[in-house]
Amino acid sequence: MTLILSAKDHEMLRGEFGPATKMAMSIVARMAEVSGAWELLDITGAHIDSTVYIGEAGLEFAERLAGLGAKVRVPTTLNVSGLDEHHWQEWAVPSDWARQAYRQMLAYQSMGTIPTWTCAPYQAETRPSFGQQIAWGESNAIVFANSVLGARTERYPDLFDICCAITGRAPAIGLHLTENRAGQLLFHLVDIPKQLQQSDDFYPVLGNLIGKASLDKIPVIDGMVIPPDEDRLKAFGAAAASSGSVAMFHMIGITPEAPTLEEAFHGNAPIETIPITMDSLRESRRQLTHTDSDQLHMVVLGSPHFSLAEFKSLAPMLKGKRRHPDVKFLVTSSRAMTLLAHKAGFLEPLEAFGAQITVDTCILTSPMLPAEIQNLMTNSAKFAYYAPGLLGKKIAFGSLEDCVNSAVTGRIIRDESLWLT
Amino acid sequence: MADITLQGKIIIHGEAHGTALVSSEPLSFWGGYDWKSGEIIDRRHMLSGFIAKDKILAIPFTRGSSTTTAVLLEAIRAKTAPAAIITTDTDFFFALASVVADELYQLSLPLIALAEDDFARIQTGDKIIITDDGEVLIHT
Repeated sequence: MTLILSAKDHEMLRGEFGPATKMAMSIVARMAEVSGAWELLDITGAHIDSTVYIGEAGLEFAERLAGLGAKVRVPTTLNVSGLDEHHWQEWAVPSDWARQAYRQMLAYQSMGTIPTWTCAPYQAETRPSFGQQIAWGESNAIVFANSVLGARTERYPDLFDICCAITGRAPAIGLHLTENRAGQLLFHLVDIPKQLQQSDDFYPVLGNLIGKASLDKIPVIDGMVIPPDEDRLKAFGAAAASSGSVAMFHMIGITPEAPTLEEAFHGNAPIETIPITMDSLRESRRQLTHTDSDQLHMVVLGSPHFSLAEFKSLAPMLKGKRRHPDVKFLVTSSRAMTLLAHKAGFLEPLEAFGAQITVDTCILTSPMLPAEIQNLMTNSAKFAYYAPGLLGKKIAFGSLEDCVNSAVTGRIIRDESLWLT
Repeated sequence: MADITLQGKIIIHGEAHGTALVSSEPLSFWGGYDWKSGEIIDRRHMLSGFIAKDKILAIPFTRGSSTTTAVLLEAIRAKTAPAAIITTDTDFFFALASVVADELYQLSLPLIALAEDDFARIQTGDKIIITDDGEVLIHT
């Protein structure tokens, strides 16, 4: 198949829309060819994961585009940066590193983007609508947009998202197209107690398991008795997009493109049907903990970023309690959600507990942790998945309540009762 | 000692040679590849601790983070990237890193896709030559 570009695409390629658009279109067109697209399509929104500062090359790419006068053509939100812009000095971030990360923030901000600095752009008012064609980076945001909102994005990497935003175009491939959104694998819950399905730690554990078994296929989950709220779907998707390449899932009766099994599979039969048993869930839960000690230095919540509803459920759990003096307790969120939580009065119990809040960034993308912090605990499968490699730290996984109880006691404790049956 | 020649699909053109480092398990470069050293650092991955710099890295596809492309781009710039990557299909994340490295630095990383059966014939330690027309020569 040969790629056929529109007249306007050709004008962009020739530089008639300026040098930055020319560079962005040249990358979009080359990648469209590599991926076998036969045309580009219009997008009406973008989310830029390239904001994360990794090193010189990513910064040079951003500053090259910014220096050429790049401006986005569609409403564009920004993912986390390497810095909490106004509070990074409270942490162990080296100042020369901070300078580079800040330059990268400025470069992307200069392109007319919305400085949301969050990995959960779907929590804000810019969230895409059903059927909307978008180009999103950030694996957890991609899977949420496709599965929970029914918006349409391919699984896009850093550096490509911004090229789509500048040109307003994306290759007509993958999950942009209806025929590629059909379920492929069927996961059926077998005798999973309702009580466990009501527990928040069920969803990241299930996501980790399904991501690992699905790899790059679209999983369909059947047999859920409790409709999960958005934060549970967020935790599930983020887990599946970490242990696998899942960019879309269906949950029967829950996600918008899956009212029935038949609709989820577009009338096709599943490639494979895989039972989800208590044994497989226990094994998945075990994999998320990467330490054999009960020592604890820090609890980390908010990966992906903590929502207003999560602040609301955390606040009463902390009332009248105080963290152990040797344990830090950190919540990462966006400016927008933190401000709403503040106005709603959800932050006072956090402060009284001795919790810290950081915005704009993520502990996985910022060298903010002091070296003496070695043993972490989280309720996020995504964080548990990446922390050993990215931070070189020990990690334990537990429910939100386990995390709070551990922070109070000063050592890792987990309620096993729901997992034993 | 046997020589095998496989025909791959060219994703990004280029010649390369080196020792194979192979896994049937996908990998995220973010949290999985240290671009400063070329070490594979996903502590749950079967290649954890191996150095992929200048190797012919064979993994079926990327998993996980969108930041994989940015990490591979840093590695290409820092000369800590694999000499080439073999996958089982077009991997958008790897291809983009190679395309952007070409755009910014006129450096590119050859990428070849092999059919799954052919992919399974490569073993860690094999000496591999990738030709400009997409042939993968294996010397075991």
